[in-house]
Formats: sequence, C-alpha cells, structure tokens
Amino acid sequence: MRPGAANIVQFENVGLRYGAGAETLSDLSFGLASGSFYFLTGPSGAGKSSLLRLIYLAQRPSRGLIRMFGEDVVTLPRDRMPAFRRRIGTVFQDFRLIPHLTAYENIALPLRVNGVAEADIDVPVREMLDWVGLSGRANARPHTLSGGEQQRVAIARAVIGRPEILVADEPTGNVDPEMAERLLYLFVALNKLGTTIFVATHDLHLVPRVPHAQTIRIDNGRVIAPAVGSYDDRRPAR
Amino acid sequence: MFGRGSGSWLTSTAGRRLLPEGWLSGPMPWVIAIMMFLMVLAAAAGLALGYAARGLDAHLSGQITIQIVDANKARRDQAAAMIAARLATMAGVRSIRRINDREMTELLQPWLGAGLADNDLPVPAMIDVDFDPAVAGAMKAAEGAVRRISPLARIDAHAQWLAPLAGLIGSLRWLAGVLVVLMAAAAAFTVVLAARAALNTHQATIEVMHHLGATDAQIARLFQRRIAIDALFGGLVGLLLASIVIFAVGDRITEVGSDLLGSVDLPAFGWAVLAMLPLGGTMLAMLAARLTILTALRRRL
Repeated sequence: MRPGAANIVQFENVGLRYGAGAETLSDLSFGLASGSFYFLTGPSGAGKSSLLRLIYLAQRPSRGLIRMFGEDVVTLPRDRMPAFRRRIGTVFQDFRLIPHLTAYENIALPLRVNGVAEADIDVPVREMLDWVGLSGRANARPHTLSGGEQQRVAIARAVIGRPEILVADEPTGNVDPEMAERLLYLFVALNKLGTTIFVATHDLHLVPRVPHAQTIRIDNGRVIAPAVGSYDDRRPAR
Repeated sequence: MFGRGSGSWLTSTAGRRLLPEGWLSGPMPWVIAIMMFLMVLAAAAGLALGYAARGLDAHLSGQITIQIVDANKARRDQAAAMIAARLATMAGVRSIRRINDREMTELLQPWLGAGLADNDLPVPAMIDVDFDPAVAGAMKAAEGAVRRISPLARIDAHAQWLAPLAGLIGSLRWLAGVLVVLMAAAAAFTVVLAARAALNTHQATIEVMHHLGATDAQIARLFQRRIAIDALFGGLVGLLLASIVIFAVGDRITEVGSDLLGSVDLPAFGWAVLAMLPLGGTMLAMLAARLTILTALRRRL
C-alpha cells in the first residue's frame, strides 16, 4: 500500500509562505489516521494555526502535497471546495459565531447550508444542544453566552453535519479548567463515534487526559514529533 | 437566472438575519429612487415623443395641399374642379377637400383683415388631398396629374415642412433613450459600490459561511435579496414621484391648447412600460450585485 493511503489527511513536504516572507511552515510530512485523536502542540508562533488553516482549507500551501479524503486538495478546483469543507468541522479559538443568530440558528447553519429540509433540522439541533448542555439557551444570542457556552455552541455547530474530521484551534484557550475538561469530554465522545479529532493546543496538561491521543509537536514551522503511525504508515495506537 | 437549490433557508428568519442591517439602512435605496425618477421622466419623454411622431406621421405624411394660383377666378375654379375630379378617380386617394371661400377668408383674416370677401384680391384655390399610405406611388401619380391639368399649381407635401420637426423629435427620442441607458448604468454602478461595501461589512459572516461549506452562489443570494428589496423600494418611490410630475406636465400641456403640443401624449402602453421600469431596475440591481459578489468571492479560496 502507498504510504499514507489509509490516512484521512496526508501532508508530504508541505511548505507555507505568506507573501514574500520566510516559510511559516516547512517540510511538513505526516498523516492523520481516520478515526484517531490527535493533539497538535507547540509554542505560540510555532505555526499551529497556519497548519490548521491548511487542513480546514482556508489556505493553500506554497509547496508540497496535501491529500484529504483520498484527493489532492492543493490543486482542488475552487468550486469543489464547499463539498470538502462540509466534511470538515472547524472550531475556532474565537468561536466565530454569527452574532445576529441565536445559539439554535448558529448550530442549524451547517445543515441549512447543506440544503437539509427545514422539517429535518429541529431534531438534530435539539439533540446537539442537549449534547453540549445548552438546551436551555437555544434562543440566546452569542453575546449573552459565557465563553464556555459560546465554545460549546461552536463545537455543536462544527459537528452537527457529522464531519469526518474535526479541527479545533485552541478550543480551551478561553475557558476555565473545568470547562476545558468538559469540552475535551465532548471531543472524546465524538471521537468514539468515529470522527477524527485534531486539536491544536499549547496547554500540555490536556494531552494526558486523552490516553489514546497522538501528539504532533511543531516548532518553528517544522514537525519535531510526528504522530505515531502516520507518514511511515504505522497505525496509531488506540 | 440567479441560481437555485439549497437556498430556501435564505428566506427564513435565520437566513434574513445573517445580514442584519435593516431595510433602507443605507443611501442606496434613495440614490436608486433619484435615478429611477430621472429614468422614468426620460423614458416618458421618449415614449410620448415617439407617440407624437407616429401621430404626426400618420396624419400628415400622406397629405398634400394643392394651391392653384390664378388671378382669373373662373379659370382658377375650373382648374380646381378638374383637379378634384381627376384625383377622385385615382387609386390611393382617400379624400379630397376643396377649401371653400369662407374657410379661406377665416384663414387669411389675421393678415388681410375682415374685408377680404368684399374686395377682388385674388386668393389661390386650395385643395387638401389625403392619400392611403398602403398604396405606393399614389402621391407621385397625383402630382403628375395635377401638373398636367394646371402647370402653375403648387403642391405642398405636408411631410416636407414637417421634416425638421420630425428630425427634432427623433433626436429628442434618441436623447431620452441615451439618458435612460445612462441612468440604468449609474444605478448599476451604485449597486456595485453598495455590494462591495456590504461584502466588507459582512466579511466575518462570509468567512464563516465559507468554512461551513456555503457556495459562492448561496452567499451571493443573501446579498441579492437585500439589494433587490432596496432597489425595488427605490424604484417604486422614483416611479411614484415621476408619475406625479408627468401628470402635472400633462395638465399644463392641455392648458396650452396647442394641437402640436397636444399630440405629445403618453398612451396606456407607455404607462405600462414605465411601470415595468422599477422591476427592470430591480432585476438589473440583482444581476449587478450577483456579478459583483461572485467576482469578489472568486478571488478568495
């Protein structure tokens, strides 16, 4: 089998440069096995967010190959991007909830974008609100929610479309330790359902909380501790 | 034309709230109202002039007036009678009317005074001839026949002296058409600017929508809807104001009592065209917004 063929995400010699500056990411080669849980760690400025932007298709690399879901996304035509993005759930550090919509409407948005009939939206959205413990805040606007509540709405929005991979950028960065623990629990629960989880964090205390998780550490834009079972095609320990 | 599919939610409450600015929140509806006001006036002028030109053409272009200038009244009357009799037998001649002495007196009274009937001033005999425009060459044949009967007869084709007026009307119609096109272009550019501003304002929402897998067409529809509402409102306001002006001007024209000015009228068809302008403007605005937004989004990943 070709190296990395079983991976949901495969990076090969990927580099990213903004404008004419130095490379922010250099020679990244790793894979993410489907259904696994990964932490992406590294100091501030190491390139974690840039790496995530490549995975959630907000950016194309300057060089190298990125395969997702078995297809080359570097040369993916722009009109096919939406279909790929619907297979990726993204949780942003700053939540990026739409302020004019209620929690319910924010969570329902991916389904509506995906053309799900209005009659088929209410049940999954209510389930998701229940799952993240916000059933009572369905009609609340983001600005009336606490940081932890906003993050849970963001997570619910990211996963309601049943993405194959969930990418989270510092999801616990703006919440207290207890809420961080609860959010991590949500990610683990989702991972048990088969979703690949990729969490960028500088909080190393989170890593041991998920014993089966793999860790990719980057520094200065380079991977210094690739995940087990990635580029060399070893399966991750679960 | 503007795309379909997975877009019904855009009309839902949540869809409408994605771009939360209220209706008529910016200057665009009012700018479009002004543009539409001017556009409707220009279009009304063009349509009315076109209607007047067609009326003049239909009434006068198939008419001639024959003047028999002969100091001898008997010869003059005889020639007039012969010409009238000859023309009556010709194909394409719809009507022949000899202007009688009383009418001639009335016509000349302003210049020659009331005593015309009492003196021997030789007044030409005049015959108005109306031709059927469907019969080609009838007027030319009639002119030949008149010349054979009375070589001194003068033949005035009404279309000849109306030509400068028809030319002026034609030029004004073109000018009105150009003004309509320029106003439409200006309105479209206004929409382009408004759409670009809206894109910048709602940058964060668009980014989130893209991350959630929204297509450019879905995002464009959000803006189209908003701009369509603003453009329709502006268009209707412009139409209403322009209609008031058109009615007022129409009343003034009627008060003047001139036959020529009176022919400048707006038929029902013209009003129907004017009523369609706001709808056309709305469609144009939606198209301009869609193209602007799709072009801008294509520059992004």
